[in-house]
Amino acid sequence: MSKKINLKIDGISVTVDEGTTILQAAKQLNIHIPTLCYHDDLCIAGNCRVCVVEMKGSRTLPASCAMPTSEGMEIMTNTLKVRTARKHIIDLLLSEHNAKCTTCYKNGKCELQELASESKISTESFIDLVPHKNYQMDSYSPSIIKDDSKCIRCQRCVRTCEELQHVSALSVAYKGDKMKISTFFENPMFEVVCTNCGQCVNRCPTGALVERNYLDEVWAAIYDPDKHVVVQTAPAVRVALGEDLGLESGVIVTGKMVTALRRLGFDSVLDTDFTADLTIMEEGFELLTRLKKALVDKDPNVKLPMATSCSPGWIKFIEHTYPEYLGNLSTCKSPQQMFGALAKTYYAQKKNIDPSKIVSISIMPCTAKKFEADRPEMRSSGYKDVDYVLTTRELAIMIKQAGLDFSALEESHYDSFMGASTGAAVIFGATGGVMEAALRTAYEVVTGREVPFDGLNITPVRGMEGVREASVKIEGTTADWKFLEGAELKCVVAHGLTNAKKVMDSVRDGKSSYHFMEIMACPGGCIGGGGQPIPTNAEIRRKRTEAIYAEDSGMKIRKSHENPEIIAIYKEFLKEPLGHKSHELLHTHYKARARN
Amino acid sequence: MSYTNLKRVDLIFDQDCNPKEIIKNTFAKNNDQIVNELLESGLKGRGGAGFPTALKWKYTAEQPEPNKYIICNADEGEPGTFKDREILFKVPQKVFGGMVVCAKVIGAKEGFLYLRGEYRFLLPELEAQLAKFHADLKDLKIDFKIKIVMGSGAYICGEESALFESMEGHRGEPRNKPPYPTVSGFRSKPTVINNVETLVYAFMICMHGARKFKELGTADSRGSKVFSISGDTPKAGIYELELGMTVEQFVDDFGDGDTKAVQVGGASGFCVPRKKFKETIIGFEGVPTGGSMMIFNSSRSMYNVLHNYLEFFEEESCGQCTPCRVGCQQLIKGIEAVKKGQKHANYLEHLQKLAQTMKITAKCGLGQSVANSFFSIVENFKEEMIY
Repeated sequence: MSKKINLKIDGISVTVDEGTTILQAAKQLNIHIPTLCYHDDLCIAGNCRVCVVEMKGSRTLPASCAMPTSEGMEIMTNTLKVRTARKHIIDLLLSEHNAKCTTCYKNGKCELQELASESKISTESFIDLVPHKNYQMDSYSPSIIKDDSKCIRCQRCVRTCEELQHVSALSVAYKGDKMKISTFFENPMFEVVCTNCGQCVNRCPTGALVERNYLDEVWAAIYDPDKHVVVQTAPAVRVALGEDLGLESGVIVTGKMVTALRRLGFDSVLDTDFTADLTIMEEGFELLTRLKKALVDKDPNVKLPMATSCSPGWIKFIEHTYPEYLGNLSTCKSPQQMFGALAKTYYAQKKNIDPSKIVSISIMPCTAKKFEADRPEMRSSGYKDVDYVLTTRELAIMIKQAGLDFSALEESHYDSFMGASTGAAVIFGATGGVMEAALRTAYEVVTGREVPFDGLNITPVRGMEGVREASVKIEGTTADWKFLEGAELKCVVAHGLTNAKKVMDSVRDGKSSYHFMEIMACPGGCIGGGGQPIPTNAEIRRKRTEAIYAEDSGMKIRKSHENPEIIAIYKEFLKEPLGHKSHELLHTHYKARARN
Repeated sequence: MSYTNLKRVDLIFDQDCNPKEIIKNTFAKNNDQIVNELLESGLKGRGGAGFPTALKWKYTAEQPEPNKYIICNADEGEPGTFKDREILFKVPQKVFGGMVVCAKVIGAKEGFLYLRGEYRFLLPELEAQLAKFHADLKDLKIDFKIKIVMGSGAYICGEESALFESMEGHRGEPRNKPPYPTVSGFRSKPTVINNVETLVYAFMICMHGARKFKELGTADSRGSKVFSISGDTPKAGIYELELGMTVEQFVDDFGDGDTKAVQVGGASGFCVPRKKFKETIIGFEGVPTGGSMMIFNSSRSMYNVLHNYLEFFEEESCGQCTPCRVGCQQLIKGIEAVKKGQKHANYLEHLQKLAQTMKITAKCGLGQSVANSFFSIVENFKEEMIY
């Protein structure tokens, strides 16, 4: 048991565990201390100084986020001294900040704006420093826009990029008044190791880092009478969208979202889950094929472990960091891109629509998907497969712009076809989900029986541990798969690129013998994606994950290969997994990129 | 008024000693004896902050962690300070001697000397001296090694925790405290970090005993101190003087007869105006100093002096914390605006309140001490700020 510490905050006694900070202790007493650089997911910086408090016996006002409690401590959070200092600090931040709030993308969602409003800073008491700065705007990336004039140097993005993602595309440059958050040689984010994961965007308190939005483009397409606008929605969007529209975290809003999309004017509302199921078919067979090549044909060129390829942040990470392992990536496109390729081929043919008239939109929990859609490889339909990618946040903005009362909307179903899905596809949205979905199908393909886990729930691959390992013993194989009899399929799941790095290092150093790796760039998987509603923390991600699994257990069909529309597309169009058509439309290749 | 010379002391630069011998004798004592002698002497850190040296060593010695470090802070960057350069140039063996004694007390096997980037010219000689020192230790069968690490020119890296960050290969930014270096310093291990001069005094106390040191100075400021004297003085240079003198006595000795103000402790120190010379003691009971004494005569504009200091801080702030990064910019832009008449003179009061906030909320000593020169110059030379 840890040591207990007794202290007083604003005259109220409280007992806390040793190591608790003043900020955490105050939270226990429901005393709110404002913060800016602090973030639940990140290490303590203590650099904004907004959270300073008065401590009896101390000449200085310590930052409550960084100061550990000690026995007999007396803290005052609300004295005139604290108030004056805090107001000064917020005022100083404003003097360096381009405070054109009404035209800022984060207007109404900015933590600095909120603090300034709370402090009622009515006149600018300090000299405006913005005209003296040579602030730069980096708007080259298809995913993320970085506007230094909005930056308050809290370094949340720097810590995110380093601690959670081990990418360090963003770091601190220069010192003193010239100190700024920058990239390698101040190159545009587009040209550095940035994976476009958007985790920095999720944690930026101001409008300094935001997604590149395509709202105007999408509205224009919707109102273009010549265009047939198809929209797909990723699994993780339905468990988070509500947060930006006044609902609690973890509320499933699939039905309302579908209605909202129709009301916005999309011609066809379809589901990325359909191609998630398709991914399982293609990727599952790809894995089994690689295993056969390795075990039966003894082909020395086969690359194992095979890694999932659904997460475009992870793809760009491996392209920069472990280019020698590109052969280990599944060649499957992500569900978004499979969908895009089919929308302008299979869908167009079946609906008898000229593919040049189709505008394909996707709603994603992700900023990296914007980059992915722009990759030159992603034009196998003969057109840009996915025209515009919107984040969950952008969809929420559109719903508000259209004046829809979201919580009052009736629920409705996706259009058919390419709208049917399974529980296996839904769980793509959570870390471990792709692995679980793949195992549900692959196991059944080789044994003819369901995976031997309670009610199809493969719990060892679920959860929030950064790296999770599981192994599945394959027994009672059917005639075609005898070579796998008795084999132990070793799997690993990682989320967040720092964990991805751990797994890749162990693979590189020969310390592990995995067959299959599921890697997602974002903490928690797509439910914690860089395009999801802000804020994010472990609790919010847990609630979204619970919602994902609840949606899965509520589905009638929970295995990808049982999706009737999947059965139909193979019958009518693709013929077989890994077939000629699949290779043309559903598979891709990768490119090595520089390490800076 | 009689014109008197202050008492010169010769502890630091005294060449009439055998460092190897002192080490040998000191290693014959037990650690408690050494710490008690140091405690008895009343030696406080000579970098400026004035923490009792014996306690720093004692707290670090008490840590159960087996790996500990002694670091000599030779990142002498305070404007107007150049005494560590002289010490390292003239008596490096005494600096190393202080380090090995500290290593014995705390149980360190490794020491580092963090040398200011601009002092690279000292490096070849220091390395040669270090080789000799290591040879001496080998003779004495003492297991301890010192490595010299070069700084890269940032003032902030003289702040102890920023110095650790720099040594670990990171950006030089001060850490949150606590934990203090005695608990978690370099590589997160218990670390003693001492100024160059402090280590030499500690070594001299080992040689002469506490009494000789204690005889000098006052109750709060024991011993002597090396001063870097510059500005409007006919006798600019390095002087070792007894602590406890008043600014008046100092000016009598070193002024040019027309001294208007003395900046004690560099840009981060205090400006003492003529009217306060008599009552101000140079030492921990009055104005503490890391050694920088800048003398200004009546030809100098104190507005320019302050502007110069603020420019220095604006550039040398690491930039991480708001009060220091933005506060420095506001102070400098603010005094410029008042001087140009763009802001009313009472804007200075607003800036003083800001300086007060910086003093109590900045993350490290740099940001906190900007207020020292700002207050003492603005308060005492207000008319020069406005007209």
